[in-house]
Amino acid sequence: MKLGRAVRGSYLSLVFVFLYAPVAVLIVFSFNAAKSRSVWGGFTLEWYRKLFSNAEILSSLRVTLIVALLSAAIATLVATVTCIGLDGLTKRRRAVVMNLTYVPIVNPDLVTGISLMLLFVFLQLPLGFVTLLLAHVAFNIPYAILSILPKMKQLDRHLYEAALDLGAKPSQAIARVILPEIMPGVVTAMILTFTLSIDDFVISYFTSGASVSNLAITIYSMARKSVNPQINALSALMFLTVLVLLLVVNFRSNRDLGKTKEGRTR
Amino acid sequence: MAEGTRPILELVGVNKSYGDTQVLTDISFPIRSNEFITLLGPSGCGKTTTLRILAGFERPDSGDVLFEGASLLDVPPFKRRLNTVFQRYALFPHLDVFENVAFGLRLRKTPEAEVKARVAAALKTVDLDGYGKRWVDQLSGGQMQRVAIARAIVNGPEILLLDEPLGALDLKMRKEMQIELKDMQKRLGITFVYVTHDQEEALTMSDTVVVMREGVIQQVGSPTDVYNEPRNAFVADFIGESNILPARMEKDFEIAFAGHRFACVDRRRAEADVDVVVRPEDIVLAPPVEGGLNGVVTSVVFKGVHYEMIVECDGTEWMVHSTDQAAEGDRAALVFGPEDIHVMDRSPFSPDAHGILPADLAGRAARASADEGDPDR
Amino acid sequence: MRLRWLAYPYVLWTVVFTVAPLLLVAWFAFTAVQPDGSSAFTLDGFRSIVAGDRVPLDLLGLQEVFGLTVGVPLYVNVFVKSLQIALLSTLACLLFGYPAAYLLARRRARQRGGTDLLLLLFVIPMWMNALLRTYAWLALLEPNGIVNTVLAAVGLPKGQFLYNDFGIGLGMVYNYLPFMVLPIYSVLVKVDRSLVEAAEDLGADRRRVFTRVVLPLSMPGVMSGVNMVFMPAMTTFLIPNLLGGGRYMLIGNVIERQYMIARDWTTASALSIVLLVFVLASMRFMTRYEKGNEGGGVLL
Repeated sequence: MKLGRAVRGSYLSLVFVFLYAPVAVLIVFSFNAAKSRSVWGGFTLEWYRKLFSNAEILSSLRVTLIVALLSAAIATLVATVTCIGLDGLTKRRRAVVMNLTYVPIVNPDLVTGISLMLLFVFLQLPLGFVTLLLAHVAFNIPYAILSILPKMKQLDRHLYEAALDLGAKPSQAIARVILPEIMPGVVTAMILTFTLSIDDFVISYFTSGASVSNLAITIYSMARKSVNPQINALSALMFLTVLVLLLVVNFRSNRDLGKTKEGRTR
Repeated sequence: MAEGTRPILELVGVNKSYGDTQVLTDISFPIRSNEFITLLGPSGCGKTTTLRILAGFERPDSGDVLFEGASLLDVPPFKRRLNTVFQRYALFPHLDVFENVAFGLRLRKTPEAEVKARVAAALKTVDLDGYGKRWVDQLSGGQMQRVAIARAIVNGPEILLLDEPLGALDLKMRKEMQIELKDMQKRLGITFVYVTHDQEEALTMSDTVVVMREGVIQQVGSPTDVYNEPRNAFVADFIGESNILPARMEKDFEIAFAGHRFACVDRRRAEADVDVVVRPEDIVLAPPVEGGLNGVVTSVVFKGVHYEMIVECDGTEWMVHSTDQAAEGDRAALVFGPEDIHVMDRSPFSPDAHGILPADLAGRAARASADEGDPDR
Repeated sequence: MRLRWLAYPYVLWTVVFTVAPLLLVAWFAFTAVQPDGSSAFTLDGFRSIVAGDRVPLDLLGLQEVFGLTVGVPLYVNVFVKSLQIALLSTLACLLFGYPAAYLLARRRARQRGGTDLLLLLFVIPMWMNALLRTYAWLALLEPNGIVNTVLAAVGLPKGQFLYNDFGIGLGMVYNYLPFMVLPIYSVLVKVDRSLVEAAEDLGADRRRVFTRVVLPLSMPGVMSGVNMVFMPAMTTFLIPNLLGGGRYMLIGNVIERQYMIARDWTTASALSIVLLVFVLASMRFMTRYEKGNEGGGVLL
């Protein structure tokens, strides 16, 4: 039995080494004084300093953040409104809408990116910031809908009627009853779509054109050109950001869990 | 019964269907001021849909809803002067008890002091003093029920709609709440429109009962009316235990069923083929007599107050309630008086006539019920 | 609720941003821009797929072992090669991922409540940019990279890990392993403990509890894991472009180059359609067996 546990433990450890070794190497070599991806030449913060004065990276970081924030906000808004409406559709129509919603999720990113590029070309929209934003909104909405819809389904549909019954106009009933009830889903949708937008490379690659590039595209072109430890520094920072974000989300959901468990008392 | 008082609300020829399913057919009945009226029927009978039309959540396909004589159809729910107590309470989980009750008042921008006073009064009415700061998920079913009622009555509605409000409570709680609700209705002096599938609840609480089945009103009347004078076999069967048999009435005060002729208190009707209902508690078991309705006791179950016995006479099972116990296998005669025989019109719900009518009548009765019968059945 | 009109703007949106783009891919696949700027119907795109230059079929080097060479059109060869790599990567993910999912689920079953920190650790790399994850392997595997440095240090010969099937496959396994582990994990943690106990009670030993009860019950997770790995593996262009050094061709980066560099949109769109149909058909084939499964597809 002891042996079994050792084998199991070491198997999981090996998997984690496999998962984290590349990340660890990236981070360690972001402090490497030598401009090499494998030879250690002493500790330096040079690459971080260069990173923060690299205009190309900073501008693409700005693009990434703006696109992520805007697309997450727009997608979440559209998804919230849509989910509230979806509940009232007949089963058949809802099924049609939901199938359309699944299409971008099921489609390979490659095809989604290409098809959106063709759409923009067809509409004679010059590829740039606007098309990049539209594309991100387009692939974010389905994920936002899938985050909010379960909350909407849990919602007792009589709550809306109860609000009307007590004298609330439909807009007041949405603001005072439906929104507070589905808020957790809306927040999840915001965080998820923001992360997806930051993480996306493939769809951005096809829809941003030559004039605008976000972080992913900049990294891609840098990585193909030559060894550049600034990428390592950037990776380390992004890893840290993701780590913090995930811990926050996780903490939040654990806290919510605790709240319902202990019972809420004021 | 509140005869004579003015109708405050009236349904006129209301029809409603969802897709191909007709859920309400020609529903018309008045609701009088200050009465306790109950829509009673099995699930799927359209009682909840009727209530939702009154509340304004559904719009009838045709027909009208009149409030003090004026049509309500184009008045949205939030402008109607009636409030609803929902089946599963529909309390707002993100608000505490106080804010749930205050919801309607706040929408009307009521001054804070008045909100406090009226919410406190409403909570007092439902016996929930001091529960204002609780969250709704900390309440028991009965307490949630009370909050739902307080939330509705705090707005001073003229009519309160209640959709199976006691359905989720256990039996003991339900009995207590029945009395309390009835009491509250009298104290508040407002009209209650109550939906339930529980016939006992309906009889206990109501001034008027509307019996519905598959979207059609079967009978409107006081609890004693619908119990003692059910209009058809469905009502008789749904309201209370009953023995329902096809019968034939050739002349006034005489009726034939179960292979025998009996004296009765009714005159002959337009149709000779009728149904009769004899309530189990109206039947007395006596020693068998020649020419009487004799049978064999096949089952005896003690029900607490009385015994429920099944007596088989010529292939028909009769249910008899009595405080006197018989033994299984006993032979006995069923005895009941002319006033215990309630005569009803034939309807699609009439029992099968074969072997129960005197031989010469059976054929005709069967034909009659086949003609009237619902082709779906 | 009478709020259904709130869903209508989105319906319009999906028509423009979901349906129309896909129709456009089809439209471009069947048309070619004429010298005068107009578009005309053509089947050239599909024709070039089946009738391109003939090259020897690449079966992961096996053709040299058995000495057979089959001539196939260029694009067919790329397609077959992509399929091989994607299938092998999926298989590798399954072989390495299932035990990991099983062990994680066992841990989870023992400690009730809260989130398993190990699971969280497992998820974190997945939330990092795929680009960076792939880039990291570049540093490890390059000819003078860390792996080779370590090999040299212990006296082993250096290996060539990049720009070949091994490098690409490794990149895929690394990138997509969590997509295999998570669906299997989420099905396994839901397996009712009493089913295992019932099997033991009926005399099954541990091996048979696994093969007769746990494994069949986890099949929906396996299916959706296979789907979630196979699809991106079949369509990626990032991994061959970064780890293939610009010479390694899979269907994903062939399509990308056709659009972005060669600008032969007719052929590129035709290839996209063939790829999409193939991927969706294989997905349909797999999901046929997972009825009403909601266990898969959990990302967070």
